[in-house]
Amino acid sequence: MKTANKTITATRLVQDALTKADFFKSYNIFTSIYADEALEKAAAIDAKIEKGEPVGRLAGVPFVAKDNYLVKGTKTTASSHILEPFVAPVTSTVVEQLEAEGAILIGKVNMDSFAHGSSTENSYFGPTLNAYDNTRVAGGSSGGSAVAVALDIVEFATGSDTGGSIRQPASFNGVYGLKPTYGATSRYGVVSMASSLDTDGFFTKTPEDMDLLMSICAKRDEKDLTTLPDFYDETPAKKVKKVGIIKDFDNDSVDSEIRAHLKEECEKLKEKGFEIVELDMPTLKHALAVYYIICPAEIASNLSRYDGIRYGLRSGKAHSLDEIYGDTRNEGFMKENKRRIMIGNFVLSSGFYDAYFLKAAKARTLIINEYKKAFEKCDVILTPVAPNPAFKLGEKVNDPIAMYLEDVMSVPINLAGIPGLAIPAGKTETGLPIGLQILGPRRSDKTLIEFAKELA
Amino acid sequence: MKYIPTIGIECHVQLSTKTKLFSEIDNDARGKEPNSCVSPVDYALPGMLPRLNGEAIKLAIRAGRAMNCKINNYSRFDRKHYFYPDSPKGYQITQFYHPIIGEGYVDLPSGNRVRIEHAHLEGDAGKLTHFDTYSLVDLNRVDTPLIEIVSQPDIHSATDAHDYCKELWRLMTFAGVSYGDLYNGNMRFDVNVSIAPEGELGTRTETKNLNSFRSVERAVEYEIKRQTKVLEAGEKVIQETRGWNDATGETTGQRSKEEAKDYRYMPEPDLPPVNLTDEFIAEEIAKLPLMPADYRAKLDGRLPNDTLEILLDYPNLIAKLAEVDDFATKKVANWFTSVLLAEENTSLLNDDLPSKNQLEELVTMNDKNELSSTAAKEVFLKFFDPEMHFKDTKTIAKELGVIQENDLGALEAIVDTVLAKPETKKAQEDYKNGEQKVIGFLVGQVMKESHGKANPSAVQEILKKKLA
Repeated sequence: MKTANKTITATRLVQDALTKADFFKSYNIFTSIYADEALEKAAAIDAKIEKGEPVGRLAGVPFVAKDNYLVKGTKTTASSHILEPFVAPVTSTVVEQLEAEGAILIGKVNMDSFAHGSSTENSYFGPTLNAYDNTRVAGGSSGGSAVAVALDIVEFATGSDTGGSIRQPASFNGVYGLKPTYGATSRYGVVSMASSLDTDGFFTKTPEDMDLLMSICAKRDEKDLTTLPDFYDETPAKKVKKVGIIKDFDNDSVDSEIRAHLKEECEKLKEKGFEIVELDMPTLKHALAVYYIICPAEIASNLSRYDGIRYGLRSGKAHSLDEIYGDTRNEGFMKENKRRIMIGNFVLSSGFYDAYFLKAAKARTLIINEYKKAFEKCDVILTPVAPNPAFKLGEKVNDPIAMYLEDVMSVPINLAGIPGLAIPAGKTETGLPIGLQILGPRRSDKTLIEFAKELA
Repeated sequence: MKYIPTIGIECHVQLSTKTKLFSEIDNDARGKEPNSCVSPVDYALPGMLPRLNGEAIKLAIRAGRAMNCKINNYSRFDRKHYFYPDSPKGYQITQFYHPIIGEGYVDLPSGNRVRIEHAHLEGDAGKLTHFDTYSLVDLNRVDTPLIEIVSQPDIHSATDAHDYCKELWRLMTFAGVSYGDLYNGNMRFDVNVSIAPEGELGTRTETKNLNSFRSVERAVEYEIKRQTKVLEAGEKVIQETRGWNDATGETTGQRSKEEAKDYRYMPEPDLPPVNLTDEFIAEEIAKLPLMPADYRAKLDGRLPNDTLEILLDYPNLIAKLAEVDDFATKKVANWFTSVLLAEENTSLLNDDLPSKNQLEELVTMNDKNELSSTAAKEVFLKFFDPEMHFKDTKTIAKELGVIQENDLGALEAIVDTVLAKPETKKAQEDYKNGEQKVIGFLVGQVMKESHGKANPSAVQEILKKKLA
């Protein structure tokens, strides 16, 4: 990516980004823009460069953060009404790591409210439009991040992936999107959705950029006890020889053009000397059901703190404590938020815990084991990201099940805690981007990125 | 009909860690402004994640060991959900499925044994103060580390309930895991009471948030009486949570809505499980000082039981007592209870105690009649005087001028001087004529002549001999 130097200054890079942000205003990408602050930071970096002082590996590179990343002194809405007035007093670890290397945050971007959704249509601020077809969805939940990179407003964007929220919008907009190994990057300061599934990652235009960002951010963080000991820079990429293909996904529920692209990709790989291994993974068909029990349970729990007492929205109608809770949450949450809170509380309630949550937790272990077995037979797995390319705005908004099915090929990865890298893999006949994802065992993030270079 | 009470007690103990259970904020909020000891984690801002305080784990190990409990190598945290402003996260982080402390027992001074079911680590809640039209929330106490100790229903009297709570308090303060300040809520008790004819099970009530041993005893007494009346009237005891009113001495039923609570427990996904090696546990257990049971064994027979039990309320006193040689135990214990614990001297309890040598020498001097009992107490109190604290016993006694004259030759000389004085002639005559009580006057004169240093009983002996 382009970093600032004496001729192409940080100020110039930031100004360009701000100009493009304004030009693509109609795509509804941004929830807030920090033009003045960004230009100030750029000037400071330019001054350093001028004096010949050392600058970071991302000096002057403009970026955007999904609006669930806390940045001190700025609004962090998670595209929700309930957090609309919330100004963060601390900065998330990932943004801190990026800024420490000289990257400049120019704004926060749109998402499905609290990352609940697969199209960014669940945003309190309205949907973000697809970079290739403005009648179609951006994908989600990190829709704003994907489109900001796809339209070349910024060099990279942060996102969060709980069930596909980075990989699916990346594939809908033809950019790279990495969901790292669970625990590779810190979740500190990112609004929690489902803690055991949430992973913070990035959107970039090249695998090389992804490598750089991971080298900066994949670090143990004392503020997040679920982070892993440092491994990214220490572990060399594995030379991929065997590529796995999951049989179950080659069926009619996946769009024929996507299947054709996957097959074509396999042929190319064979020609290059890779071995293609067919994998039988029967447990994966339960992944979506497992996901839609564990995920809402953790969501219901994590959203309990938004109660109108300490920060964020408090309903003006409320007169009693029960009303503060009821009215605030009723006004502050979107329909999909409420749906997941209801499901989550149901599966956790004392009479149903064993039948739902506990059973799902056991099935999750089976899924983890199935991937472990699969990676004994191959080095990486290549699969579609979503069953279809970007769909029309409004097409699935009133059909939650159809929307959940969007996640059928992305959620197993989150349940297993393994990394998944979405890569651009051509276009449909109508010109919509098609994405594929490369999966690997835990801590194989660098291997995936190196293999993506092979496919590029 | 005769009813047998069955009592189980849950006890919350605040641990005396420096920082909170899940953040690096000061855990000691005493005397601080409301909401001044609150981190973004305690405040439950979006995206904030709990960190686990290793010190709390260590203290829990010690607390568990103090109750003869098994320490579990594997434990884990869970979320207990409920909406109330004292709970910023909307859930309490506790250990529902895999507690750190397993089964154990506590022996009461009476010899009765109360089994511990388990004890778990959890974060405390904040505090609400209610006013007419509004309530104020203070989150200083949020996520102060607690262990909740759950007993088996092994208690069958109000006295044992009292003694059990007191014994827990002793164990926790001896083990050094809690300040044990009941007035500030460092320990709080929930008592479950039921009564039934022998061999049957009754319906229990839970009286919550008792904060003194006395209120535990009174609440249990009250519940036993109340439930007896209910059953004798042919009615049924309702299973419910009750509140205690210390002023009226009564328990009252709280909203039965409480019964419908579903906490929707869930494994805490933000905290990895706690895996403790046997070595780590052993290392922590080795740090435990002598416990009440050890002192009872050590001092058994050397002290009256009630003196021992009083001193067991003061870990530093009993520790000092165990330090001194056997010959001195009884007298030192006596000075502790009758002098140091006298109301006018309680302020001294926070000061440094006298050394083993000081105390032993004091006993020796008293035994040898070099110090009268009164003088010995005087010297004992001077041990706490910052000017005197570092001096040895003899020096202090000399400076005070209270060493008794025991040299018979010297005493005889003084007696002779006094008997030679004209003003004592009348008394001498009276004594010889059978008025025995005037000897007191003569002893007094000798004492005066000796500036109070003569041993009065020795003086009396000499006088009797001389006037015989």
